[in-house]
Amino acid sequence: MSGIDHARRQILAWGAAMAGATLAPGVTLFQLAQGRPPAEPASKVVRWGMLVDANRCAPDCDACVTACDKENGLSGARTPTSAQWIRKVTLTDLRGGPAKSAPVMCQHCAEPPCVDVCPTGASFKRADGIVLVDRHTCIGCRYCVMACPYQARSFVHEPVADQKPEVPRGKGCVESCTLCVHRIDRDRIPACVEACAATGHKAILFGNLNDPASEISQRIAQFSTTALRPDLKLNPGVRYLGL
Amino acid sequence: MADRSTGGGWHARARRLATAVALMPLYALCGAIIVALPTSAAEGTASRVPKPLFAISAPGQCVEDTQFMLRNHMELLKHHRDQTVHQGVRTTQHSLANCVACHASKETGRVTGSKDAFCESCHRFAAVTLDCFECHADRPVAGIATNAAPPGGVPR
Repeated sequence: MSGIDHARRQILAWGAAMAGATLAPGVTLFQLAQGRPPAEPASKVVRWGMLVDANRCAPDCDACVTACDKENGLSGARTPTSAQWIRKVTLTDLRGGPAKSAPVMCQHCAEPPCVDVCPTGASFKRADGIVLVDRHTCIGCRYCVMACPYQARSFVHEPVADQKPEVPRGKGCVESCTLCVHRIDRDRIPACVEACAATGHKAILFGNLNDPASEISQRIAQFSTTALRPDLKLNPGVRYLGL
Repeated sequence: MADRSTGGGWHARARRLATAVALMPLYALCGAIIVALPTSAAEGTASRVPKPLFAISAPGQCVEDTQFMLRNHMELLKHHRDQTVHQGVRTTQHSLANCVACHASKETGRVTGSKDAFCESCHRFAAVTLDCFECHADRPVAGIATNAAPPGGVPR
């Protein structure tokens, strides 16, 4: 048994060494892992994240919110009981400074409190850092709704009809931003990022935080970015610039 | 007195037993006729048990053998759902969307919602609750990758 374990560890070590290796100029295995085939599970080599630039985000624009509603089949209603996965938050300096606006959604924490408190294991973090709810095991207790410091989770109170085939959702379960996992798995960027770029603001940048060569990593290395509630040390995958 | 009455009772019982034994083949014959009648009457038309009836949009070979699918489709779906939700595996061979793509009703385009719909007809027959479509879409939608996609493009 220990012999097998040893061999397995050796292979894993080689894999880890190769993952960082450059195959050709500008082409590394990090990039190959992003365009993974459908049969291949998500890998820890990648950690998906977003960088929101509050300087570029227009206070009167809600393209990301409407795109999210459309992509995921949300009603778009704003009653206290309607689901909302992404919302625009406006921050005003009390001394009269300029208002800053930025979208806030599930921050896809590396240490997610929602996963810690889930009694059934329905809240989980995927290998590539995306925090999700497995609705098949969710019992709707809403502990995660209480635990999330970003108030990112919604509970579905009403029966749902005409769901999107790629985004199944129904009454009695908790849900939140999935980082458009169904799109990521098919090499597409999240709907909010796409919509933001279409308006010309380009305030949301999506990419692989584990790849030092990716644009998002380079900008995080270059500029002073912040996490929301950094005091909680949750290491969110969504970071903010210019707040 | 007591002996005679006992003797008479014994004879009566023996006669009744003999009659019953003699009639047994007759009972058996009647039973056989009663059982056989509806079957022969219904032969060639419909079964006495209302079997599920449906017409699906894309009949033909399923992803696995039909008898295997009858018994094991739920296991395949559960296995695939866990792989998809937790690991992000997006193969289409055993995905629910792939089932719906072929098995949607010819008339309504759905797999539930009527007694003639594929999933619902059989689940009604077996009296098994069908929960999938409380959350999942029960009709095929263009653009979603399934095996039923036109040849040429690799479904991704």
